[in-house]
Order: sequence, then C-alpha cells, then structure tokens
Amino acid sequence: MSDPAISLDRARASELGLVARFFKATELDTRLLGMIGALVIIWLAFQFLTGGLVNGQFLTPRNLWNLSVQTSSIAVMATGMVLIIVTRNIDLSVGSVLGFVGMVMGVTQAEILPKLIGFEQPFTWVIALGLGIVVGALIGGFQGFVIAFLGVPAFIVTLGGLLVWRGAAWWVTSGRTVAPMDSTFRLMGGGPEGSIGATWSWVVGIVACLAIVGMIVNGRRQRKRFNFPRRPVWAEAFMAAIACFLVLGAVSIANHYYWPIGIVRKYAEANNITIPDGGLFIPHGIAIPVLIAVATGIIMTFVTTRTRFGRYVFAMGGNPEAADLAGINTRWVTMKIFIIMGILCAIAGAISTARLNAATNAQGTLDELMTIAAAVIGGTSLAGGVGTIAGAMIGALLMQSLNSGMVMLGLETPLQNIVVGIVLVVAVWLDTIYRRRTA
Amino acid sequence: MTDAQTPLVDIENVSIAFGGIRAVDGASVDLYPGEVVALLGHNGAGKSTLIKVLSGAYKRDSGTIRVNGEEATINNPRDAKAYGIETIYQTLALADNVDTAANLYLGRELMTPWGTLDDVAMEHSAREVMDRLNPRFQRFKDPVKALSGGQRQSVAIARAILFNARILIMDEPTAALGPQETAQVGELIKQLKSEGIGIFLISHDIHDVFHLADRVAVMKNGQVVGTAKVTDVTEDEVLGMIILGKCPPGAIPGPGAVN
Repeated sequence: MSDPAISLDRARASELGLVARFFKATELDTRLLGMIGALVIIWLAFQFLTGGLVNGQFLTPRNLWNLSVQTSSIAVMATGMVLIIVTRNIDLSVGSVLGFVGMVMGVTQAEILPKLIGFEQPFTWVIALGLGIVVGALIGGFQGFVIAFLGVPAFIVTLGGLLVWRGAAWWVTSGRTVAPMDSTFRLMGGGPEGSIGATWSWVVGIVACLAIVGMIVNGRRQRKRFNFPRRPVWAEAFMAAIACFLVLGAVSIANHYYWPIGIVRKYAEANNITIPDGGLFIPHGIAIPVLIAVATGIIMTFVTTRTRFGRYVFAMGGNPEAADLAGINTRWVTMKIFIIMGILCAIAGAISTARLNAATNAQGTLDELMTIAAAVIGGTSLAGGVGTIAGAMIGALLMQSLNSGMVMLGLETPLQNIVVGIVLVVAVWLDTIYRRRTA
Repeated sequence: MTDAQTPLVDIENVSIAFGGIRAVDGASVDLYPGEVVALLGHNGAGKSTLIKVLSGAYKRDSGTIRVNGEEATINNPRDAKAYGIETIYQTLALADNVDTAANLYLGRELMTPWGTLDDVAMEHSAREVMDRLNPRFQRFKDPVKALSGGQRQSVAIARAILFNARILIMDEPTAALGPQETAQVGELIKQLKSEGIGIFLISHDIHDVFHLADRVAVMKNGQVVGTAKVTDVTEDEVLGMIILGKCPPGAIPGPGAVN
C-alpha cells in the first residue's frame, strides 16, 4: 500500500529552501530567535543613538554588566510568573510581596539580630535570607490556598495582596527606611565586592560549556536507545558551538569591566599593593545576582520540563478539565505554583535589598507589571498552556534594556513610560500574528 | 452472557442531583467481562452523568458501585483508574498543549531512576501503541492541539487501552470520526471484548452501536427505562424505549418505564 501521508511529507521536504531546511534540522525555536533578534536591534539602536556604532555608550562592558545586574531581580520573578500565567492565573502582588519580604529581611539583619547575636555575624545573612524565603513561601502558600481551595479568582486575591503586603511593609517600621545591611548579605546585590572575579568567571563559563555539550550528547544517546530520528550531527555541533560562544562571550564582557579607580585605590591601600604606572585593572567578572538569576532560570527550566509537576502545570494550562479527569490534583498543583512564586519574590527581594543596601517600603513598586510584561513579551500566552522560562528571562532583559537605554539618552520619565507601554502592546500584537501564522 | 458470573461492574440505585435537578435518579446497570453494554438515551437523559459517576469525575449522592462483587470507593478519577476503569470522554479530555506521549501518560508518567520524566521511554511506548491504532500517525512532537479530529480520537483511545483497562467507558467514541475510522473503532471494540474487557458504549444514536453491543440499557429523564439483550429486541423497539420510555416484552423494565 502506498502511503499518501509519507509521500506528501517528502514532497514538502524537497520544496523547503536552504533556510527552512536549516531551521528544521536544528529544531531552533524561531519564536525565541525572533526575540533575540528584537533584543539585538534594540541594543544596536541604542548604541547608535548614544554616539555611533563604535563610540556608542550602550554596548560597553560597563553598561552591559550593569544591565545584567539590573535585570536579575525581575528575571527571577519572571520565571515564576510564567508558571502562574501558564495555568491561566495572574499574580499582581509580587512587587508588594518583594517589598514586604525585603523589609522583613532588612529588619531582621539590621535591627533584630544585632540585639541578639551582635553585628556582622557569619550567619546573619543566612538567617535573614532563610527567614525571608520562609515568609515568602508562607505568603505565596496562603494566597495559593485561597485561590485553589476557596475558589477566589487569582486576579482578586493578588490584587488584595498588592494592597495588603504593601501596607504590611509600611507597617513593619512605620514607613522608616532600614539600613545598612549585613556586608555578606550585600554581596547578593552585586558591585565590585559582589562579583566573582575573572578566574572564577572563566571557571563558571567553561563548566557551563561542558554542561551544554554533555546535555547534547546525552540527548542523542537517549534517542539512540530507542532508534528515534535524531538531528543531523552538523546541526548539533553548530548549536553547541553557538551556545558556548555566547557563554564565553558573556564571561569575557564581564571580565572587561574593571573596578572603578576609587575602589581600586582603597583596595590597594587596604592590601598594601602599590598601583603600577599604567593603573591597576581588576575585572568584576560575573555579578553574584546574575549568577543567582541564571541558576534560578536553570532550576526552573528543569522543573518545568523534566518533572511531573512541570508537566502538570502545562497540561492544566492547556485544558484544566482534562487535567482533572486524568487524576491530577489540580488544586494542590496551583497552590504549589504560588508557593514557588512567593519563594522567588523573596530571592528577588534579597537581591534588590542587597543592591540598595537598604529596605524601603516603596521597594518593588510596579515590579508586578514589569514581571508580567517580561513573561508576556517572553512568549507566555495569557490564554494559558504556553510559555518558556528562557523566553521570560529574555523578556526581562529586553524591558530593562529599554529602560536603561532611554535613561542613557536622557529621555524624560513620562516619555519612557509611554515607550514601554507601546512596546508591550506591539510585542504582544506581533506575537499574536506569529502564532496565527504558525498554528 | 452467563448469569452465574459475578458482574465486572454493578451499579446499583445510583442517584446524583445538581441544584435540585435529578440528573441520575436511582439508576442500576451492570456489566460482565467481555461484554459490550450500550447505554442509550436522548441528550440530557443522564447517561453521560451516570458514566462520570463511574469514572470518578462526579461523586454520587447515593447508591453503590461494586467492582468484581466488592464495593468500590470512587471519589475521584484516580480511584476509578485504580480499579482499572478507563474512560474515553466525549470531549476527549486531552491536554491540548502537550504532545501525544505526554497525554498518554498524563497523571501516570514514567520516571527515570533520578525522579525525572523519562520522555524517551514514554515516546517509545506511545509510538508502539499508536502504531497499532493508527499506523500512519507520525506527529509525535506536536502538541495534540495541532492534530486532526481523528488523530485526537486515536490519542484518547490509546490512552485508555495503554494501561490494561478491565472496564472501558466510551462516550460517543465515533462522534468525530469518518466512516473508515468508525469501522476501525468497531474492530478495536471487538478485539478488546475478546480480551475479556467489559465495555460501556454510550451513544445517542442507536444505529452506531446496535451491531456492536451485547445488551442495551436505555435511559430517559435520569432513570433507566429498561435493559435488554440485543437478540431479544428490534431496533425499532429500542427506539421506542428511547423516545417514549415504553418497555417492549423482550426487555427487563426499569423504574423509568411507562406502563
């Protein structure tokens, strides 16, 4: 019997051009690629506007390094927002939860622990961070319980949370700003101290490259086990090369941003180093908050793609009733998602408190909108069931690039908001068109 | 079928009401191994609701369900699956955004020794079972949303037979299918039947199921009009049961029969 379906496929394959065959072989996510393209265009545009392609101020190691640090807090929360939006929920409270948890961590290390165990103890940061994560998980769990088991829509519960936790953050210290933070805790915020230096950055980069190659090899071996179709070897090698190039490139950029002169001078004095004639160049390397964000992204990607929980999240988003009938405890899964979101808010709160070196009650204001925008620009569908962690993190980077580029150009604040608003709507519109074409 | 055997499933006097409307009112049906029982009735007669009680989607208000003669506690779909009851829903109940293998194993995923999803192993057995049902099926990497109606139907059927079901519930299994695929489903039902699986076949169209079933049970307004062996009644008589609630001499009348 001749098989019309197969012959049709073959006919289609021969029709494909070189470019299309390339995409088919590498199985690249064209959507993600489009986002990276948009990011590159935005970066080049800012580079051009800030002094031309060569002399521009945007694509300098310094600015890119700062950009990476500024993105971390939103990027961490965006990974959790993906799960929430995928299951057709929303969380409007993340900015306020960040503020409240940040305040709790600030008060713990600046006012409570010094009285109990003294200033600058080795475990101060552990206790403060641990308490923050527990409080974040409890807040998320509580909101998740009300949503999943009491049946109140997530929009309402988290809108209430937006007000409640902002008010609570205010209440903790009656509106007072709490400072300074513990010096070890502060490393989570970046800065010259909160970066891992050139050597360790290269180590991280090389380990990442080995992990990429290892994953590709393992994937091939798995598919070989059952004789499934595999990607061509050249496509695999090409993907590995690109990924390693990007990782090592990023490390190199971070290592080309040197400590500011003033800090180098202080450091030299403190360590009895004489500064050579040409000046002393100490590279920052990768910032600790960036490492935290990347690690969060990797863990969350693992959770969404390799665990039962992640599978259920996407199944529920596609068809909640079907997930129920398949025997999934959808309520408990929903509650777990909100617990994860609460923990991520606490981590983001630690990053931003450490970076500011203070806990203020306005901290994280409007972060919920930045987080939702990052997830949506990153391809998370508000209709549920679709979204990737990597996309959301790139979305966060894109939003932050716009912000920092416009600040660099000296655009007025109201104009900045107008641009960000328009970009959000246009991005989702383009995505809608893309989905309609590929569906 | 022999009457001496213990029924595979014995639904007795089951009732369920939604806000004052008695969707199922004291219904009793049984099913023997290797038997196909067609559950017939108009839209809204209560047949889908009764079957959802058995599959664990709804919790009954009263009545008992016995599986293999022992009283069964079915409070959710997981309980039902533990008794070997698998359901193919009218809506198919597929998770649209994940692929075929993920759907087949939804809620019962295969795991690697490290506690992660074993996608490759799941895809492997998905390919095996789909090969049996629909040899031309190739789109294992696509979310099931992208599949055609017939392909989606075969995914739903594959999911039900993958886990060695003893009791299979098929709610309008051929609603989305063309004539050729409908015939395939008929073949499949005969094959499963010969393996000793009991099948509830639900339909509002008697012509679809009359030649496949051993017995028919007719429902109207939430009550059972009557049950009959297909050899004892004609299609027209069954039609009379469905439309008028009139029980012919060859059938055993239930509480819903008009005299």
